[in-house]
Amino acid sequence: MNRRFVRFAVLSVAVLTLSASSRADTLVADLSQHLVGITTGFAGADVLLFGAVEGHGDVVVITRGPERPAVMHRKSRILGVWVNTASMTFDRVPSFYGVASSRPLEEIAPATVLARHEMGVERLRLALARAKASPNVAAEWRDGLLRNFQRAGLYANSVRNVTFLGNRLFRTRISLPANVPTGIYQVQVFLLVEGRVVSAQTTPLSVSKIGGEAVVYDFAYAQPAIYGLIAIALALVAGWLAHLAFRKA
Amino acid sequence: MQIYLPIAEMSVNVFLLLGMGGGVGFLSGLFGVGGGFLMTPLLIFIGVPPAVAVGTEANQIVASSVSGVLAHWGRGNVDFKMGFVLLLGGFVGSTLGVLLFSFLREVGQIDLVISLSYVVFLGIIGALMFSEGVRTMRRRKSAPTQRRKLHQHTWIHGLPLKMRFRRSKLYISALMPLSIGFLVGVLSAIMGVGGGFIMVPAMIYLLGMPTSVVIGTSLFQIIFVTANVTFLQAYANQTVDVVLALLLLTGAVIGAQFGARAGARLQGEELRVLLALMVLAVCAKLFYDLLITPGDLYSLGITR
Repeated sequence: MNRRFVRFAVLSVAVLTLSASSRADTLVADLSQHLVGITTGFAGADVLLFGAVEGHGDVVVITRGPERPAVMHRKSRILGVWVNTASMTFDRVPSFYGVASSRPLEEIAPATVLARHEMGVERLRLALARAKASPNVAAEWRDGLLRNFQRAGLYANSVRNVTFLGNRLFRTRISLPANVPTGIYQVQVFLLVEGRVVSAQTTPLSVSKIGGEAVVYDFAYAQPAIYGLIAIALALVAGWLAHLAFRKA
Repeated sequence: MQIYLPIAEMSVNVFLLLGMGGGVGFLSGLFGVGGGFLMTPLLIFIGVPPAVAVGTEANQIVASSVSGVLAHWGRGNVDFKMGFVLLLGGFVGSTLGVLLFSFLREVGQIDLVISLSYVVFLGIIGALMFSEGVRTMRRRKSAPTQRRKLHQHTWIHGLPLKMRFRRSKLYISALMPLSIGFLVGVLSAIMGVGGGFIMVPAMIYLLGMPTSVVIGTSLFQIIFVTANVTFLQAYANQTVDVVLALLLLTGAVIGAQFGARAGARLQGEELRVLLALMVLAVCAKLFYDLLITPGDLYSLGITR
């Protein structure tokens, strides 16, 4: 933690001098770490984002997980029992979405700007694979998807704060829950002045399983047959050991 | 202390898993059942994806059946010939079951089918055990028990392909154990259970096997059927979490020891009524969940 803070301080100074020397760079930002490793004890992680701006403005930070297709189901009642009766596929959906801003989004920029940059969960553009649904129905599917991702903690329920330290330095925290999907994340930082985006920067953040977790997972997918046999062998040995323990008792 | 499960892709408290293993292990030791029918719903309740719960539980049952069968083998309570015929049917059934499972998962109906299977089978078995247990308890109090006939002749005995099972003192058609093995194999793959709670009554009431060899023989064939399910689930669906299985196993082994000791102090009929009540409670909970209006009509299907 201490080392991270030192790094933050050193980089902040570097960022300050850098931004002071070149006028074109009005926004500089970096992450406290570019790799989040999922280990055996992983229970979520916080990544610190910090940076500096030239002049006054508002900062919005958006974190997006790798995009994937998503299948949604809708239930209806059949003979008193709730059954999945309809399904819909979304082509590309971010597997994670977080947002932070220095002031409430609606005060920072007009709706068109917010929509263009997908600022805020409700402004995510989610494409339906089949365009056969009417706009009303499509909106219901979309809201259902947002609710499900929010319940899972993968989409932000609220907008986090971007805190300014003085006029130029800012920082915010990106919280990744324990069930975070793996892959390359994009952290987008926007600087807005008078409702317009004047500068933007994208930083990658990699989330991957490391250590024993990665070994087990990779092996299960790369060599599923051998993995299955090992699982059975482990169970046989465990059962035999348990039998020995029982007999003594 | 949290632990990240590599295949389930979630972080769970280690002591919760050990406790669940211990609790279900205690009950399985107490009642002499496998406990899969309790563990799989529990895993789903704590948020393990149903597919992973089913695949992993099959893996755990392999271990608990091995330790169980070794004890019965020592006492000569395993009818190997019957076991082989049952597991022949079980192999075919469980293979088909895993294929069916993959298909249902693809079309988004697996959760419903798992729940419905539990409601139907737990309901039937629970009700049968309950009424049987209560009847026996009453009879014991009122009148001396009549000696039962070894078995009764029904249409089952007219089927072809008759085989002699010496250990079970039976001369019956192989089609019966084959089809029972098949049915339990399918259920084993879909419900993530060993199927002892269906296999044991079926062996007693449908095949007419002597009670002494029923548990050992059932455990013997469960090892092979659940090993087959474990392999196929790992191979086809990558849904076997070894870390989760080992944690549950550790708790279950310890819990079963205490359960078996506690069970020695209780009467057989009382045990059966208690087990029946527990089975009916799980059944009622799952049925209730199917009937109440869900909090969100929309749900996320498999991603990947």
